Amino acid sequence: MKTDQHIILKTENLTIGYASKKVETVVASNINMALQKGQLIGLVGANGIGKSTLLRTLTNVQAKLSGTVYLNEKSLDAYTSSDLAKTMSLVLTEKIASKNLTVFELVALGRQPYTNWVGNLSETDLEVINRAIIQTNIEALKDKKCFELSDGQLQKAMIARALAQDTDLIILDEPTTHLDMYHKAYILKLLQKLVKETDKTILFSSHEIDLAIQLCDTMVVMTNNSVITDTPNHLIEQGIFETLFPKDLIAFDNKLGSFRVKK
Amino acid sequence: MNTKFTYAFISLIAVLIVCFFANISLGSVSIPLHAIVDSLLGSSDHESWQYIIQNYRLPKAFTAILVGSGLGISGLLMQTLFRNPLAGPYVLGISSGASLGVALIILGAGIFGGVFATLLISKWSIIIAASLGSFLVLSAVLLVSSKVRDTMAILIIGLMFGSITAAVVSVLSYFSSAEQLQQYIFWGFGSLGNLSWYELAIFFSVYIVGLILTIFSIKALNSLLLGENYAKSLGLNLKKSRLIIILATSLLAGTITAFAGPIAFIGLAIPHITRQVFTTSNHKILLPAVFLFGAIIMLICDSIAQLPTSDYTLPINAITSLIGAPVVIWLLVRKRKMLF
Repeated sequence: MKTDQHIILKTENLTIGYASKKVETVVASNINMALQKGQLIGLVGANGIGKSTLLRTLTNVQAKLSGTVYLNEKSLDAYTSSDLAKTMSLVLTEKIASKNLTVFELVALGRQPYTNWVGNLSETDLEVINRAIIQTNIEALKDKKCFELSDGQLQKAMIARALAQDTDLIILDEPTTHLDMYHKAYILKLLQKLVKETDKTILFSSHEIDLAIQLCDTMVVMTNNSVITDTPNHLIEQGIFETLFPKDLIAFDNKLGSFRVKK
Repeated sequence: MNTKFTYAFISLIAVLIVCFFANISLGSVSIPLHAIVDSLLGSSDHESWQYIIQNYRLPKAFTAILVGSGLGISGLLMQTLFRNPLAGPYVLGISSGASLGVALIILGAGIFGGVFATLLISKWSIIIAASLGSFLVLSAVLLVSSKVRDTMAILIIGLMFGSITAAVVSVLSYFSSAEQLQQYIFWGFGSLGNLSWYELAIFFSVYIVGLILTIFSIKALNSLLLGENYAKSLGLNLKKSRLIIILATSLLAGTITAFAGPIAFIGLAIPHITRQVFTTSNHKILLPAVFLFGAIIMLICDSIAQLPTSDYTLPINAITSLIGAPVVIWLLVRKRKMLF
């Protein structure tokens, strides 16, 4: 039997969408993908194609319609909520409820799966928290309140919180929205650095296709008919990015590795 | 990190002790301080003073502490659970449920008439009716909340139940006599002073259960500061935690309303005052701080309400609103947005 030891996340005939009592709305079906450990993986696709739905399904925020998701060779359904919290951490698009927390307190909340019933931090916890703060370059912000931070700074703090959760896999849903061009590149570069430094696997969705092509080890491209997983170079060679959008306005330039507005 | 709060806690405990003694030394009968200490120790030679202190002022001071801290804590729980700085213990319809129970007893008594009516309107029947009323409304809210995923929907459902019970109370009032209405309105004023030691013991036992449930929810409350999806991703069992938090609130606020009447604003205002002073959202700090602030402010409100040296006692509910409402307005004007 083929071993999947180097695979962290795998889907088998996964169908995603929304189910109510009467109707099932299928967003995407027959998704088969296998993501390798220790890589930076970018998920791209047009608006409304189902990137968020896919991420929400992979992270158990939303129920799948059919198929199986394997995380570290174990079905996602077989995880208890506390085991899952030790294997996968999230950075979501939704705002955190209380911005009265300091950055340190925010990052420290990442340790919840490991702390005792009242949430006291051990020596190890403090070590992990401080390492996460250093790795994301937010030492100077440690004692600031979240409402004092810019969007870019808050995003770094949220990434630090996910790091402190110390999971094999970190999933980020559009971590670069609302950021300026510099900070978009900064955050994605930071993710690349973290993958190299920590052997964690990071999966993120983004609309920054050109940045993702430059930084990712693997990309997952969602189109109307298929979900394709490959290295950015192979995807360019196969002309996959051409199929992402309607062809009337923009075209993919293979040499530049980015989209151009048609003249 | 916690050392900066140590001084704040020590001073708050000191203020609480001062307020406690001030509260029992003030009243319609003036009793000198040394006599109060003697009475507390049971060695006073002035029998009526000793009686006043031991059977009237002391239980009242303890009631004030339980009521203030309990309402503050349930307000804190609701504000975090609903991620809404304007939530208080009453948004779930606890107060309206209790009001409905009491209204049915007092205003509905006319229907039964005669001897049965006077039998019905004893203090215990009002306590039981208030507890049953708030319990019923809360069970309804809990039942609905187990089916509804969105916490905000629970908030609105609680408010709707409140409107329904308020409407039933209005209908009952319309058909009631002036005497019955007066009695109902007097219950609505709230009162800290009518509890015997025996009643206080029952009150305290339920309060402790609510408090223990709250203490076991500290970790869940802190993770809820991130929002429900993040809390879940941290391994929190959302449904279970939500149930425990709502249960704790209903035990605390429900018994308080049953024993002391519907007391306004404390539940809403205390958590905000505490957050201003302690500038943290960590519930490990907030919970004891809210306890102390709630107890202190309730003791002060009660001391004002009994109008020292006069024979009058103002309704406690009016005093808490007079203090609570300006605090909330001040917070909104000063901060523009409420942090929680």
